[in-house]
Amino acid sequence: MAITTTLVTRPEIKDTSYLRAALKGMKITLKHMLNPKKITQQYPEVETRLHPRWRGTHRMEVHEDGRPKCVACGLCPTVCPANCIRLVGGEDDQGNRYPIVYEIDEFRCIFCGMCQEVCPVEAIHVGQDFENAEYSRERFVYDLDRLMHQDHPTTLLWDPSDPTSE
Amino acid sequence: MERLQIVSAEDGMVFYLITLTKITVMFGIIMLTVAYTTLAERRISAFIQDRLGPNRVGPMGLLQPIADGLKNLFKEETLPASASKFYFLIGPMLAMIPALVTFAVIPFAAPLPTSWGVVPMIIADVPIGVLYILALSSLGVYGVVIAGWASNNKYAFLGALRASAQMISYEVGLGLSLITVLMLAGNVTLTEIVWKQQELGLWFSLPLSLGFILFLICAFAETNRLPFDMPEAESELITGFHTEYSAMKFSMFFIAEYAHMVTASALMATLFFGGWDLPGSWDDVFMHDGAWISGFTGDGAPISASLSVWKTLATFLGFAAKTGFFLLLYIWIRWTLPRFRYDQVMELGWKIILPISLGYAMIVAATILTLSQSGIDYGFVFGLVLTVVSGICTLAFVFVVDRGGTISGAASGKKVGV
Repeated sequence: MAITTTLVTRPEIKDTSYLRAALKGMKITLKHMLNPKKITQQYPEVETRLHPRWRGTHRMEVHEDGRPKCVACGLCPTVCPANCIRLVGGEDDQGNRYPIVYEIDEFRCIFCGMCQEVCPVEAIHVGQDFENAEYSRERFVYDLDRLMHQDHPTTLLWDPSDPTSE
Repeated sequence: MERLQIVSAEDGMVFYLITLTKITVMFGIIMLTVAYTTLAERRISAFIQDRLGPNRVGPMGLLQPIADGLKNLFKEETLPASASKFYFLIGPMLAMIPALVTFAVIPFAAPLPTSWGVVPMIIADVPIGVLYILALSSLGVYGVVIAGWASNNKYAFLGALRASAQMISYEVGLGLSLITVLMLAGNVTLTEIVWKQQELGLWFSLPLSLGFILFLICAFAETNRLPFDMPEAESELITGFHTEYSAMKFSMFFIAEYAHMVTASALMATLFFGGWDLPGSWDDVFMHDGAWISGFTGDGAPISASLSVWKTLATFLGFAAKTGFFLLLYIWIRWTLPRFRYDQVMELGWKIILPISLGYAMIVAATILTLSQSGIDYGFVFGLVLTVVSGICTLAFVFVVDRGGTISGAASGKKVGV
């Protein structure tokens, strides 16, 4: 956008009046006093609307038989800039890899969403949730079971071919 | 037969009991008003700024003042190590007491007839009325100055300095604008001032309109409310004189500020808006030659008035409504106007308010003298002439004097690139 200059004409000193200007200001505040817009959200009673790309606490997608979709490839702990994912992979009889330990420290997490972007099987997601207060610090390390049982909606990934969309 | 005598100290025990009741009830009402004015301030400021304000404690947040009070009672009292302990403790008391005792001389309803006689609805009908108010309201500055000095804190000290300078400056304008009321009423007791307004048939805000405007401005400065809150000035002095205070001592300064507001509002209602007088003459009751009358007939004969309980109640509600309006005005203006600069406050006080209130007092005095010399009695015509004279003065003040000269701002008259 080009820089533009607007010329504002200030009134002559002899035309200004404090009392009359004050009355004009009081008219504006009266209008707001009688008819306030009330943009405050009544949060616990009224749900906050989150944007589709809002990144919050994680969840792990599961297969229909209840197994986690994760194949323990190790990409997410590698890409994680905060180093908050701990993954110990194992292999079953048919040679399928699965996570034995999968923990995310939500305190260390910076919610960049790169784990979701890098996951080849769309297993780990960041989600649209922020109500994660706990009474102890240990509870902020989410284990595999807890990640699988999160039920909030997952975050929509940014589409590089359509950068301005949500 | 009903006694129409006013209950006085000669009635002994009855008088003391009635006075004690009046003191207790009025103290309770003022403290309740103060508590709910703080809530009103927070909610109205929220509405003005498109917010909601405190609405969690009780329905619509109505129990918020109680929660605030409890919180302040249970908070830790801090005492700065380098503070002067005695003065530090006495400061909040000195701020709070004058704000409360001023209310004693303000009449708040029509006299109440009882079987012991007529009870005037005023705590202490002292003959010096207005002078008592001026004397005690200027004592309020001692609390502020002592608190600021004893805190041993540079911001508190600067706040105290500003408070003393500002209060002394505006006391002058306040007194001079009051003189017009005293000249018109011919008396300094507030009871008589209300009677005189009933007799005139006009509230003094009309025959003394400029006096009312000047009194309003000075009352804002005296109560340290925005746009005159120099002693507090959060953005420059943290909170000024009460920076070092916490818990209940801080709360007492808060109560003092709001009690000052309530008193000043009640005073404006009494001096310029008829006190407890309601529009029309049906409720008019005043003393004339030892009898209660409501006015005079065309040929000057007094019309006797009857006192009744419901008249007392109605006039009390009228007085409460007027006081409430001025409290609302205080809050409304606070959230509209930005704070003055310190030099602007001093300039306004000494260079504008002082000469104008002095000149206006002269004009009113000359008008009253001319009217009484030309044989016009105190009455409706008398008031009408004064209204016209004051109206011209007010128009001159608003459209000629208040023209760039009072508070000059960003006006330059040149085209400015933005």
